Amino acid sequence: MTRYLIPLVIFGVLVVFLAIGLGRDPHEVPSPLINKPAPSFKLAQLKDPSKSFSAEEMRGRVWLLNVWASWCISCRDEHPLLIEYARTGAVPIYGLNYKDRPEDALAWLQQLGDPYVLSVSDLDCRLGIDYGVYGAPETYLIDQQGVIRFKQIGPVTPDIWTKNILPLVQEMNRQGGSR
Amino acid sequence: MISKRMFIWSAVTCHRFRPLRLVAAVGGGRKQRLKAATGRRTPNRFFVSVVLICSTAIVASAQLRRPVSNDPPDPAVEQRLAKLSQELRCLVCQNETLADSRADLAEDLRDEIRTQIRAGKSDQEIIAFLTQRYGDFILYRPPVRPKTYLLWFGPFVLLLAGLALLFRYVKRRRDMIEEQPLSNADRAQVEKLLSSASRKETA
Repeated sequence: MTRYLIPLVIFGVLVVFLAIGLGRDPHEVPSPLINKPAPSFKLAQLKDPSKSFSAEEMRGRVWLLNVWASWCISCRDEHPLLIEYARTGAVPIYGLNYKDRPEDALAWLQQLGDPYVLSVSDLDCRLGIDYGVYGAPETYLIDQQGVIRFKQIGPVTPDIWTKNILPLVQEMNRQGGSR
Repeated sequence: MISKRMFIWSAVTCHRFRPLRLVAAVGGGRKQRLKAATGRRTPNRFFVSVVLICSTAIVASAQLRRPVSNDPPDPAVEQRLAKLSQELRCLVCQNETLADSRADLAEDLRDEIRTQIRAGKSDQEIIAFLTQRYGDFILYRPPVRPKTYLLWFGPFVLLLAGLALLFRYVKRRRDMIEEQPLSNADRAQVEKLLSSASRKETA
């Protein structure tokens, strides 16, 4: 009896492993930056390059950093959702314009609308490397202490917004308020 | 059957490689001789020159991509970069090394490594810099730590388990073999058969 049972058990284990492997997206590499302080930066703003914006200014607030570019097709896909979410005012969204020409980026915002409180330009992609960006769009949720709490690789979907981002934002706001 | 298939296969490959040999042999009378030897029409000079022009264009476009920094490439730096980037994975085309990949990100990361080498950072420091940002996934050789023990030692455990099973199986089989002594009747029959065989041989 065991003679037939053992291969069956091995096969079962194999099936479970393969099923888990199939269900995972190999392009979603777990970021080592989760629960680590967000790399600091000070970059020129896209709309007014004479002004700069730094991550330190956001201390004490929960915010989203969305990496986007006008050449990025999935960003275009994600854009209407971001505009809708920005309108709800649940969490301020800041943009990181990644490896883009400012004139293209500005035209893009003009054409499709601007969900961002402001965007900064990462022309030489230094900040992209610091944040471990390897494909736009990517979205980072950063808490009051400046710690990255969640990273979405690829476009934010309604599912991720309601299941991952909103609950975390609410939880962080509650914790931050009591502290 | 097998030899026939092999023949067809070699014919196909020869056919594929023939134009290449011709490119080398093109020029004057040799072409005629080759034509006679191979017994088939050689590609004309136009085709050959198109191939040559295309291949130089590929080389030229590869040379057009130069590093962002305007400093002349330092051979020592480039050598270290090449060695280091062989060990690192491009996160965009995940089955390519940073050295092979032509993705934008790979280019940026190569530039980053280049600047860090110029700044006098050691290989360990550069790898630490990259893993802090992109995780262990960027390494083709994952570090040995409790989380990766299964990955590193699992195959050897499986090998040992397989050997143990094999050993047990072979031993059990050997134990199962029982000596079966020949009966007297068997012996008589053997004698009879052997003698009849030897008689035939001599006959």
